[in-house]
Amino acid sequence: MSRGRFGAYGGQFVPETLMPCLFELEEAYSAARSDAGFQRELDDLLVRYVGRPTPVYLAARFSASLGGGVRVYLKREDLNHTGAHKINNCVGQALLARRMNKRRLVAETGAGQHGVATATVAALFGMECTVYMGEVDIERQSPNVRRMKLLGAKVVPVSSGTRTLKDATNETIRDWVTNVRETHYIIGSTVGPHPYPTIVRDLQSVIGREARAQMLETEGRLPDDVVACVGGGSNSLGIFSAFVEDRDVQLHGVEAGGSDEGDSATLTRGRPGVLHGAYSYLLQDEHGQVSPAHSIAAGLDYPGVGPEHSFLKDEGRVAYHRVTDEEAVAAFQSLTRLEGIVPALESSHALAFVQRELGRARGERRIVLVNLSGRGDKDIDSLEKRLR
Amino acid sequence: MKTLAGETRALREQRRKALVAYFTAGYPDSEAFASLVRAAVDAGADIIEVGIPFSDPIADGPIIQASSSAALKNGMTLPLALETIARLHAEVPVPLVVMSYLNPILRLGTDAFARDAVAAGVSGVVLPDVSFEESHSLRPALSHAGLAYVDLVAPTSGEARAQVIARASQGFVYAVSMTGVTGARSASLADASELVEQVRAATDTPVYVGFGVSTPDAAREIARTADGVIIGSRLMQLAGDGPARGSAARVADFLASVRHELDALARDARVVF
Ligand SMILES: Cc1ncc(COP(=O)(O)O)c(C=O)c1O
Repeated sequence: MSRGRFGAYGGQFVPETLMPCLFELEEAYSAARSDAGFQRELDDLLVRYVGRPTPVYLAARFSASLGGGVRVYLKREDLNHTGAHKINNCVGQALLARRMNKRRLVAETGAGQHGVATATVAALFGMECTVYMGEVDIERQSPNVRRMKLLGAKVVPVSSGTRTLKDATNETIRDWVTNVRETHYIIGSTVGPHPYPTIVRDLQSVIGREARAQMLETEGRLPDDVVACVGGGSNSLGIFSAFVEDRDVQLHGVEAGGSDEGDSATLTRGRPGVLHGAYSYLLQDEHGQVSPAHSIAAGLDYPGVGPEHSFLKDEGRVAYHRVTDEEAVAAFQSLTRLEGIVPALESSHALAFVQRELGRARGERRIVLVNLSGRGDKDIDSLEKRLR
Repeated sequence: MKTLAGETRALREQRRKALVAYFTAGYPDSEAFASLVRAAVDAGADIIEVGIPFSDPIADGPIIQASSSAALKNGMTLPLALETIARLHAEVPVPLVVMSYLNPILRLGTDAFARDAVAAGVSGVVLPDVSFEESHSLRPALSHAGLAYVDLVAPTSGEARAQVIARASQGFVYAVSMTGVTGARSASLADASELVEQVRAATDTPVYVGFGVSTPDAAREIARTADGVIIGSRLMQLAGDGPARGSAARVADFLASVRHELDALARDARVVF
């Protein structure tokens, strides 16, 4: 049995050149975990730099608009420094990079949130930073491209394949395999070869730990449902991980159902295969070529998914659903108008699922917790174009 | 039946430095691919490595990325590539080795792939995105069917790990010349020869160096220590650089000059085999 598996999923499907570096990362991570100094420094950065804990907020007007007695709480990851959950992972991995004496960071980005977060920690730690981003995403998430450049990162446009997150990831792996001796790859989600899916999940699990305690404090009980969007799967695993053992809590992962142009619904429409270092559900054709994904949300526009989600799907612990571009845009508008909170298009998928399916559902006092993974400043330009 | 190991050992016994030529199946198109292979064998290639095009070739640089996506646009698939190989196998007298990313093989089914590949005359496989750790679940099925499982070692492997992997490798050991992706640039001779020495100390299986071998001179320098060289990107570049009809002649000229250098080197009695 090979290492780093979630049931049958996961593993280390990478060129030999990278293997020693994955061993080094695994060792550095396990040493860091048992090092109180590491944990203290991480916690301190999360509090003073990132701005944690983030609140859970009862979205009363959004809840009322659903028509039933449901109460929707938002875990406000949009309030983090740099505007999304991505920074939780980047702070931790930058500390690991420093432990491994790597002076250069590389990252892939779709929505630009992970790129911005990586560029941010590179500035903070005085490291060099290169971010790969598909040309399509550079166009539709341009505010984040400008931020990365201001932060001192080199942004490399990727013109191969679908010119989105998948190809940006290919290019980042190629950079890493070339410069592996001095470079740490900060993967932005719970994807990639072992130990990345575990490291990223652990670093994001602060979301769920906080939210669980906050729900107990404000409502005196756990939520009935926890909802998060799933791209590679990091904000969802970050919040789900605290509730997996609570069998009465229903966990919902929401994938991008896209439009006529296609979708990114890997778990609901794909089948297992290998991409970017791991065995997991994958959108692919009958000959094992990876199919192009589509979503209005650049951060969900990816044909793969983290291996732990594949496991949770097969186990039946998490239910996975699809939300279309159109539904996501409608939810974006609702939250903006009703609550004065501008959500990222990615997070809007989770909200749209709640609107569509949990609004009038059973139970007088149903409590729903949604991970609001990021804010939508980056999406304003492209939404304006679409809504015009 | 001839095995890859038998053939590579025979090359060494004949004091012949092995020349492995890589071609992406279906590039520039199916017909031109077959003529490239024939021309390469006529020009002195000892082994043909057939690349199965994949949508996301993470171990490849821009040249093989481009040949792969062109081949996919031409409709190339793993089953079609095996059909083409079967026809070539009847014509060319050299071993044919398949290089593929894992997913197309998984999709076909590992056992079905092994059966069809052996039936087509394939004698070995190179899987660049399967780590040594992951190979344990594939190697038995593939080698049982009669395919040599060729492992890769890298300059970052470190001596102990490189030697464990080299001992497991069948047919030959594929030594990656430098950290990086495939490409027509210059391999690091120092990295490559250190790695070759480590492998040699561990096994009698011949060691061939690939990634970044792109000139006859580089091939000769690398073959001073290695048993052979693997050339890919440079061939794909030549094949794509001009009309498809002339591609076989361009590739053949280049390979003939590499062959010439390797043979000249082999006549030097000091050169190891
Ligand atoms: C705000 C936001 N939410 C969600 C995602 C999707 O990623 P993940 O599934 O890893 O949380 C992204 C990715 O870019 C994002 O920027």
